[in-house]
Amino acid sequence: MNTALNRKQIAWRIAQEIKEGSYVNLGIGMPEMVANYIPKDREIVFHSENGLLGMGPTPDKGQEDGDLINAGKKPVTLLEGGSYFSHTDSFAMIRGGHLDLCVLGAFQISESGDLANWATLNNSKPPGVGGAMDLAVGARQVFVMTEHCTKDGQPKIMEHCSYPLTGTGVVNKIFTDLAVIDVTEEGLVVREKVVDITLGELQNKTAAALFEPKVCELRAPIL
Amino acid sequence: MIDKRVDTIDAALSGIEDGSTILVSGFGNAGSPIRLLEALIDQGAANLTIVSNNAGEGEFGLAALMKAGRVTKVICSYPRSAGSIIFEELYDQGKIELEVVPQGTLSERMRAAGAGIGGFFTPTSAGTLLGANKETREIEGKLHVLETPLKGDVALVKADAGDRWGNLTYNKSARNFGPTMAMAAKLTIAEVKTIKELGEISPEHVVTPGIFVDRVIKLREER
Repeated sequence: MNTALNRKQIAWRIAQEIKEGSYVNLGIGMPEMVANYIPKDREIVFHSENGLLGMGPTPDKGQEDGDLINAGKKPVTLLEGGSYFSHTDSFAMIRGGHLDLCVLGAFQISESGDLANWATLNNSKPPGVGGAMDLAVGARQVFVMTEHCTKDGQPKIMEHCSYPLTGTGVVNKIFTDLAVIDVTEEGLVVREKVVDITLGELQNKTAAALFEPKVCELRAPIL
Repeated sequence: MIDKRVDTIDAALSGIEDGSTILVSGFGNAGSPIRLLEALIDQGAANLTIVSNNAGEGEFGLAALMKAGRVTKVICSYPRSAGSIIFEELYDQGKIELEVVPQGTLSERMRAAGAGIGGFFTPTSAGTLLGANKETREIEGKLHVLETPLKGDVALVKADAGDRWGNLTYNKSARNFGPTMAMAAKLTIAEVKTIKELGEISPEHVVTPGIFVDRVIKLREER
């Protein structure tokens, strides 16, 4: 299975899907990589929940400013045209449907678009939700970026999530190392898959029914 | 003459009582009033409820106040971060109570308190563990939960510049919860880097109007 995408390639694939002029929030962790692969001819405005619009890349070494950080609390920059605002305004943007897109990570996704990405059933650590629930219900579109299965091979896409939910019916599209899947009212529709996995094998790695009216090849440049 | 400036930390923190609910600005360390929090240890108030996005890191600021045993409850969106050792220890030992609130809901509940709103319906957390046991209503086809105002006895806010009327500006993403918390507490104490003459902050640039602020203290930059 060597055509499975690595994380950079999943990020690249998602970046191709983001339309010119979009206002986009990238979740903490893996989704942050998507910013690196936006096609050069597209102007995208990145939002950070802690009060930034027009967020730019990581500053050069020595240029970091503790008062200018992203949602993951890492140093960032602000592009010309960018702005700062309070949390209340930031979440008005999120909840008020002003963001075109949010890309989030996931522990589990259900066939009806339920998302579980803030807590597991392991209660040994204190729980924390951050802005995930607001982003999940508020952004006009929610893309999930995830490995198709867990590290020990368990499906992450299932009929019903077993972990606590972040939001119900919120996910529009799932991008994994193996496939691109739309969440529709009819169920999970496979749009793309990598070449050297069969639809039967993909179904075996997925704990919910997949529909495949027309499947294209999922491919990305070497990254 | 109105003069909200105070000269000493003792004067800034005077009157804070045991059992107070204290709103603490900041997202990670950006905008966290670290000096005021550490001075609160000497001030002596105990049995405090802290409302803040995070639960401190290292052994300074909020974490130092917790280590001193002054905090019995934390209301936050995300208690865990790299270095939130003190909170996690106290939580493991059952010495600190935790209420997790989605980030946008946390901010909006304080805005409601500051704005005299008796509560609001939000889709955030509907259908999840954090929305369980809350009054719900379907609005425009979407399930919402009722959230109530979150008022502070005291707000500790870190700003950038302030004047004797209490007008405040902030620095970059260190603004975060400051403006909302300033309006949501009975006593708002602002830590600033510089004091300006009245009129020096352009009225177009005032972020928190002085009506929301009770005391302004100039403190040297920490760390």
